[in-house]
Amino acid sequence: MSDPVSAPVSAMNHASYVGIARVEETGLQGMITLRGDLSSATLGKAIKAATGQGVPDVRRVAVDGDSGACWMSPDELLLLVPYAEVEAKLAALNETLKGEHALAVNVSDARAVFRVSNGPAREVMAKLAPVDLSPGAFEPGEIRRTRLAQVAGAIWMEEDGAFRVICFRSVADYVFKLLSVAAQPGSEVGVF
Amino acid sequence: MLTLHCPYCGVNADETELDAGGEAHIKRHGPGSDDNQFHDYLFTRENPKGVHLERWRHAAGCGKWFHAARCTATLEVFGTYPAQVYEPPQDIKDAISAKRPGWSWREFE
Repeated sequence: MSDPVSAPVSAMNHASYVGIARVEETGLQGMITLRGDLSSATLGKAIKAATGQGVPDVRRVAVDGDSGACWMSPDELLLLVPYAEVEAKLAALNETLKGEHALAVNVSDARAVFRVSNGPAREVMAKLAPVDLSPGAFEPGEIRRTRLAQVAGAIWMEEDGAFRVICFRSVADYVFKLLSVAAQPGSEVGVF
Repeated sequence: MLTLHCPYCGVNADETELDAGGEAHIKRHGPGSDDNQFHDYLFTRENPKGVHLERWRHAAGCGKWFHAARCTATLEVFGTYPAQVYEPPQDIKDAISAKRPGWSWREFE
């Protein structure tokens, strides 16, 4: 706590765990919840300007590095932007969306982001969520809002087979422990 | 365990992802209605052994409300459909009729 006043810290401050897979909290990530009519051209333009991505299809993500757009529900997206730029992006977004029936809110500090990689990530996630994660049923670029044991979370798969997990910041410690237990050595199931 | 198809996000959601929302297609009797109608709107519910229409919410998923037609005796699901309707769409009625000929539920058959 060298600088308790000004430096923002992510929920788990980059905690990591290595078992059959690597679990890490990825740190600060700018996140904007956007609700509105996803078929609107103005909304599409605003999303393009903020993230460089188009409006994702149902249950799809379009993410490049720490920028992108994730489908959340028929009228909601989660926009990912670099943490340092979130306020500027939000202001630009609200400017473009003036007159639109839409709402954009900065939720960066209300969420935590984890990455599960290096190993049987599918298996680790399948222990926690009631989702068919078998190859063919769940592939890179797909997102699923679901339940991680007892809390809500969103998971998507990256091109290299790693999973990103987003949960509420208030349950970040719980989710980190969940993922760590699901990834502990000797816990391979070998089902996929 | 019950698995319902969410008509909005298109996933087959496990019961543990869903919240039950009680009976479907309840007509609100508010100002201008009499005490009996208001009483029925508040308290009178179907309790069938067989075909039942219900509201469910994909709580841990997309968060949207939808309707489900299922059998309370066998837990068989006939189909799910969006919430923005006053009665089950024809394809849902047909699916129920195929399995339970002569069914009726409140004013629907």
